[in-house]
Amino acid sequence: MNKQSECKYSGYSADRAKYPEKKDGKPVIDLDSHKFTKIWQGPQHPGVTGNMSVEIIINGDEIIQAQTHVGYLHRAFEKLMERRKYIQCFPLVCRICVPEPDTNEYCVSAAMEDLAGIVVPEKAEWLRTLNLEMSRIASYLMWIGGQAGSLGMGAIGQWTVGMRDFWLDLFEEMTGGRVYHMYMIPGGVRKDLPDGFIEKARNLVIRTRKLLKDVENTFLSNAVVKSRLQGLGVITPAMVDEYGIVGPNARSCGKEYDIRINNPYVKYGELDVKMITSTVGDAYARAQLRYEDMHQSLDLISEILERIPKDGAIQAKLPNVLNWKIPAGQTYIKAESTRGEHGFYMVSDGSDKPRRVFARGASYTHAIAVLEKLAENISISDLAALMVSLHTCPPEIER
Amino acid sequence: MKLKDVLSPLRVWERAAQKPWTIKDPLNDRPGADNYRGFHKNDFSKCIGCGTCEEICQNDAIDIVPVEGQETVDGDSGLRPRIDYGRCCWCALCVDVCPTSALTMSNDYTWISDNPEDYRFIPGADKTKWQDAETGYERSPDMQLINFDRVEMAEMHPGQRDKSFIEIVKGYNKEQAMKEAERCIECGLCIATCPAHMDIPAYIAAIRDDDIENAFRILYETNPMPEICGRICTHKCETACALHNNGDPLAIRWLKRYIADQIPAGKYQEILGTKHLEDTKLNKKIAIIGAGPAGISAAYYLAIMGYKTKIFEALPESGGMARYGIPEYRLPYDQIDKDVEYLKTLGVEIQYNTRIGQDISLEQLHKDYDAVFAATGLHLGRSTRITGSDHQRVYFATDLLREVTLGNEIDVAKNIVVIGGGNVAMDITRTLARLQNQKFGKVQILATCLEAEQEMPADLEEIVEAREEKAIIEPAWGPVDIEIKNGKISGLHVSKCLSVFNSEGRFSPEFDENQKKFFKADMIVESIGQGMDLSYLSEGIKSKLKFSPRGRIEVNEKFQSDLKWLFVGGDIIEGPDVIHGIANGYLAARGIDGFLTK
Ligand code: SF4
Ligand code: SF4
Repeated sequence: MNKQSECKYSGYSADRAKYPEKKDGKPVIDLDSHKFTKIWQGPQHPGVTGNMSVEIIINGDEIIQAQTHVGYLHRAFEKLMERRKYIQCFPLVCRICVPEPDTNEYCVSAAMEDLAGIVVPEKAEWLRTLNLEMSRIASYLMWIGGQAGSLGMGAIGQWTVGMRDFWLDLFEEMTGGRVYHMYMIPGGVRKDLPDGFIEKARNLVIRTRKLLKDVENTFLSNAVVKSRLQGLGVITPAMVDEYGIVGPNARSCGKEYDIRINNPYVKYGELDVKMITSTVGDAYARAQLRYEDMHQSLDLISEILERIPKDGAIQAKLPNVLNWKIPAGQTYIKAESTRGEHGFYMVSDGSDKPRRVFARGASYTHAIAVLEKLAENISISDLAALMVSLHTCPPEIER
Repeated sequence: MKLKDVLSPLRVWERAAQKPWTIKDPLNDRPGADNYRGFHKNDFSKCIGCGTCEEICQNDAIDIVPVEGQETVDGDSGLRPRIDYGRCCWCALCVDVCPTSALTMSNDYTWISDNPEDYRFIPGADKTKWQDAETGYERSPDMQLINFDRVEMAEMHPGQRDKSFIEIVKGYNKEQAMKEAERCIECGLCIATCPAHMDIPAYIAAIRDDDIENAFRILYETNPMPEICGRICTHKCETACALHNNGDPLAIRWLKRYIADQIPAGKYQEILGTKHLEDTKLNKKIAIIGAGPAGISAAYYLAIMGYKTKIFEALPESGGMARYGIPEYRLPYDQIDKDVEYLKTLGVEIQYNTRIGQDISLEQLHKDYDAVFAATGLHLGRSTRITGSDHQRVYFATDLLREVTLGNEIDVAKNIVVIGGGNVAMDITRTLARLQNQKFGKVQILATCLEAEQEMPADLEEIVEAREEKAIIEPAWGPVDIEIKNGKISGLHVSKCLSVFNSEGRFSPEFDENQKKFFKADMIVESIGQGMDLSYLSEGIKSKLKFSPRGRIEVNEKFQSDLKWLFVGGDIIEGPDVIHGIANGYLAARGIDGFLTK
C-alpha cells in the first residue's frame, strides 16, 4: 500500500503556532477578530453523511476547529425496547442503521438467544452469515458512492448504488423487504431461500466483481482521488485505543481487529476470513482496505452459497412469543459491521421485556471524537471526503 | 503522479456503450418478489377475530373492530383487524403470529389515494386494488412464534388400566403445566364459549406466574367444582381455542385440574377468604334438590352470599351424574368429595337418601324455605323400543353405571353390545370391558351407533381409549331388532345408517335396508340418551308451570320458573353436562338472591 508521503497540508502546520493562539491549552477563537469564520456543514448539506452537522471554524480555508452536532434523528430505540415484548424489539432495530440494518438484527436476536439459552439451528446460522455478508456488500457499495461523490465524482456512485439495488433485489427475494429486512428473527431466520436464489446470487457476485474492476480503474487508480485522499485524515496506531477506533478505520493503520476473526460468530469460524490491514492510516488506505474487504466478502458469499445445507430447520422452537420471558441476566453481543464493532448490551430482569438495551455503534466515536480531531487543519473542501472516509452513519450514532 | 493513474479512469467511456439498468415501467415490469411484505390481505373464512395480530403489533397499527356481516359465534369473535398504514412498518409480525394463517401480505406495494382516511382499512372487508394480487409474504411453516403442540399428558397405558378403575390421566406436573400455560395467546374466545364464562386466560396466566392460589381464586369466581370440571368437563372452550385452527388447542381442562390438584382441601377456606362466613348469615333459607353440579354450584354461591342453604339428595352421596354416571377411572370419587367437603365447611347442609316427592313433598319445601332450586338431573334411561328391548338382559347404561358406583354387583355377560355413540355409551362400554376382564379375563364388547365415526358425539379420546381397551366400535349402524332364542338374547340386527339428520338438521335417520349386519351378544345395553324424572312435581304444581314441547320446564334467564319461588336448572334445563349445570347454578343463585332481596 501507499506510504503516507506527500502530505500537502504540511505547509499549514507552520502557521499553527499563530492561529489560533492558545491559552491554558485551549485555542482562543475571537470571531470578532475577522481572522475566523464559523460555518455549519449540515444538517442539510450534501457533504454530510446523514442527519448530522459539523460546526467548523475556519481561517482562510483551513479548518481550525470542528465540532460534531447530533440530535436530529434520535428515536430512542433503546428506550422503546424497554417497553416492548422481546419479539417486538426485533422489527425495531433494523432502523438503527439504514444502510446496514442486518448487524442490528443479528445482535439483538443473538442477545435474546444468549440470555434465553436458545441454540440456533445450523442452517439458520448459514443463512444469517449469508445475510450479513450481503449486507456488507450493500453497505460498501453505498459507501463508494459517498466517497466518490464527496470528491465530485457522481458517476461512480450511480454505478455502485445501482449495483446495490441488485443486492437489494436479492434481499427482497430472501427476506421480503429491500431495505429493512427483518429476517434474523430470534431463534433463526424467517424464511428459507426461495427457488433459484443461489443461482441469482452467484451471477450477482460475478457482476459485482466486474463493477469493482471499474471502481478500481476509475477511483482507486485515479490521480485526482489519490491526490485528494492520500495523507488525508491519518489515523495513527496510538489513536486507535485512545479513541476506541474500530473496523476498517483501525485496520487501516495496522490494528489487527476484525470480530469475524477475533471472536467468530455465526459461521465465520468455519470460513476463511483474512485479516486485511494497512499501515498507512489515511483516507486512501481506508478506501483500498474497504475495496479489498468487498472482494473478500464476495469470496465469502460464494463459499457460503456452496455450503448452506439444503435441509434442516431454519428456526429453533421458541416459546409462545406473547408470553416469552427471558431469565434474568446480561449479555453483550458484537459483530463486525462495515464500520467496525457493532454491539448490543442487553439486560433482562426475568420479565417479558428487556430491562435495558444499549446499542453500541462504531459511528459514535468515528463521527464525533475522531472526526473532530482529524478535521483540524484540513481544508474545508476535504471535510466531506474525510467524513465519508470514516464511514460514519448518523442514525447509528443517535439510535 | 503515475501515468497509469491518469489514464486508467478514462476506461469509464466503455460504460457509455452499456445497456442502462433502469427499468422503464417499474410498476408493470417489476412486480414485488414472491415473498414481498406488501399490503395486507385477510382471508375472512379463516380469521376468527382473536386479536393476536393487534396484540403483537409494536406500532399499535391494528385495531380489532366489528365488521358488517360477521357474526359472533363460538370460536369467532366476529371482529376483524383494521390496519392503519400511517403506523404500520410492514414487519409482518402480525402475519407470523396469526394462529389461523388468515393474515398474509400481497406483493403489491403501490397505493395512491388523496384521502388519508383510506389508509386505515380492514383487509378482507374493504375493497382494495390488491385483493386479487399474488400473495407475497406468508408465515413459513418452518417458523413459529406461537406454539401449536400441546404438552403431552401422562396416562396409564392400556395394559395397566384395562382391569382397574384407578384414574387413567396422571395430571400435569408443575413444569408441564407452566409450559402448556405458556402457549396461551389470551384471545379470550374460550371465555365466550364456556357456559360458565370462566376467566380462562386469567387463571392460565396465574399458572405461568406460578401463583396457584390466585389461579384457584379465579376458578372459584365462576366454578366451585374445579376438581370435577378439571377432569370431565366437556371442554367446549378447547374447541373454541384459537390454536385449534392450526394445531392442538390448549389443554384448558388439564390446567384447571392442575390448579385444583395443587391446593390441599384444608387450605380452601383460607385461600378463598371464606373462613368467617357464618358470622354474616342472612335470615333466608333455600332448599336445593339434587347434589349434582348445578345444585352444588347454586349452594356455593348462595352460601357465600350469606344464605342458609340445604341440599336434599336422593342417593347416598353427592355429585349427581358426575358420581353416578361417570366411571371412577375418569373421575375418582375422592375428588368429588374434596369439592363437596369444602362446601360443607361453608355451612351448607346436605341431607342424603331423601327423595323429594316421596320422603318430603315439594309443597313442604316451599313452606319451609324461602326459595327452592330443583336440579334433579337426567337419571332415567331411554329405550330404542325395538323388538326385544323389553328383555330382562337389556339394560340402560345409566342404571348400570349407578349400580357400579353404589358398589352393587351387576350382570356382566361374556358378550355385550352397547347401543349408543356418546360419552355415556363409551363410559359403560369401558366400564363393562373392565368388569369382563376382571370376571372372564377377556373383553368381548361392541358399541354401535347411528353416527358415522367422525360424527360420533363422544370425545375422540374416549373412542380411542375404548379401542385401546379392546372394545370394538362399529359406527353408522341402526338397531333393527334384538334376536331372542329360547328366551335368551342371541344378538342385535342392524342396518347401515346413511345419515342421521335431515337437511334441516332434524333427527331423521336414513337407512340402507340392503346392508345388514348381526352383532352377536347375550346382553344389550342401551345408551341413546337420558330422560328426566319429574315425578316430584305434583299435579297442582305442574298446572302452574309451563313446559316446552320436549317436556322441559320453562324458565327465564335467571332460571326462575312461573312459580316465582321455584328455580330449576342443570341437565333438566340445559346440557347435559357438568359445566352447563355449574353455570346454571351460578345464575340461579343470583336469580334467587334477586328474588329474595327485591
Ligand atoms: S391474528 Fe389472524 S385470526 Fe386473529 S384476528 Fe388477526 S387476522 Fe384474524
Ligand atoms: S406489519 Fe407489523 S407494523 Fe404492520 S400491522 Fe402488522 S405487526 Fe403492525
